[in-house]
Amino acid sequence: MQVYRHRLITRIWHWINALAVLVMIPSGLMIFNAHPRLYWGNYGANFDHAWLKLPQWPGWLTLPSTYDLAGARHWHLAFALVLAFSLLVYLPWSLFNRHLQRDLRIRRAELAPAHLAEDLEAHWQLRFHDPADPKAYNIFQKASYAGVLFLLLPLLIFTGLALAPGMWPWLADVFGGRQSARSLHFIAMALLSLFVVVHLTLVILAGPFNEVRSMITGWWKLPEGEPAE
Amino acid sequence: MITRRNLIVTGGATLLAGCDAWSNSPILLNAEEANRYFQRSVTGRAALAREFRPDQRSPRFRTNGTANPNTPEYNALAANGFADWRLQVGGMVQRPLSLSLAQLRSLPQRAQITRHDCVEGWSAIGKWQGPQLEQVLRLAGLRDGARYIVFHCADVFGQRKIPYYESIDLIDAFHPQTILAWSMNDAPLGVGHGAPLRLRVERQLGYKQAKYLMRIEAVASLDGIGRGKGGFWEDIAGYEWYAGI
Repeated sequence: MQVYRHRLITRIWHWINALAVLVMIPSGLMIFNAHPRLYWGNYGANFDHAWLKLPQWPGWLTLPSTYDLAGARHWHLAFALVLAFSLLVYLPWSLFNRHLQRDLRIRRAELAPAHLAEDLEAHWQLRFHDPADPKAYNIFQKASYAGVLFLLLPLLIFTGLALAPGMWPWLADVFGGRQSARSLHFIAMALLSLFVVVHLTLVILAGPFNEVRSMITGWWKLPEGEPAE
Repeated sequence: MITRRNLIVTGGATLLAGCDAWSNSPILLNAEEANRYFQRSVTGRAALAREFRPDQRSPRFRTNGTANPNTPEYNALAANGFADWRLQVGGMVQRPLSLSLAQLRSLPQRAQITRHDCVEGWSAIGKWQGPQLEQVLRLAGLRDGARYIVFHCADVFGQRKIPYYESIDLIDAFHPQTILAWSMNDAPLGVGHGAPLRLRVERQLGYKQAKYLMRIEAVASLDGIGRGKGGFWEDIAGYEWYAGI
């Protein structure tokens, strides 16, 4: 029994965005390697107090794999356009085709502690779908997808733009100064990386073939023994 | 023998090497022009960079790049307080100029407390003062066809002793905050920060802020200067010529 789960625009955006993120994080880590210290406020350099100092990221995590700030910037600033403009198309489109309202809207009842506990327990038992409505996203899916779409990706885009000296000067002020924007850019990247790890882990636990196929063809096989809607 | 692990390791290494090789591909480099176009479209060409209050300045403004050109020519100029130094203004201009520090100080001045953003990621805030580049270019009179202003510097860089230079287009050259700074934080520019004169082009990154200025040249094309990419770091390392991002 199969159901049509992901529309074409969702599938296209998913893979474009996945590619963009796959380039943005490693190239961003290489840019970070040029000055692996983070500050709060408008300014921040070697003599100023850094709230975070990290060793350089290893080559297998960075793009390019050996120190190359200019090359990393070429990748990062090109795929930034892909990331930003694909989201700029996808979000209004998803509002228009009611994907956001239908599939991502969190209802009050879902936030009830009893429901959250129930869903969490189901996750531990590797049951990710409501037998009564297997196509629907569970509350943790909704919250994490909405968090990425409405919070992390926009925050990454706007904090990234705020770092550009040629961009609107007020944009860095919105985040508390350019170095604060750089810190938030890094924190949002870390949260997005966490999402990617959890997302991929759950795809594997939920059945990677079926899940990946559904994001390519749109068609998703219902878990055994569960009726369609 | 091809094991799965070998395949993954070799495949991964090939993929990584492949990506490294793509770092300077024309597709990626075209994004530089796209970014410049978008930035200038949404912000306006004369939009000002943020200016700060005196108490918002960095307690200590680090130096970067050349800390001292230390060439015999530069040392001789520095030895008597740059009294013999002259800024040459030439190329595609109607009236080539040779300006002393005193002459530059007697032009109308602009002072601004701005943020210096290094391509590496750090920022420092300081006060800069000097005549707008526009004043000097109007004195010299650009000839028709001039499209870029090139800044030739006294410092030579690295093992191969390549002279530092930078360039900007006329949009940035005539931007109100683009100044030729002889003063930093209310004192004459120190050697570490580019004495006697440096460029401030506030809507671009630090490597555009050429120090130790000796000569300004108006040109129609950047071809034939250095390796033709418009600046020292652009030539040597592949940094973007447009450094507004």
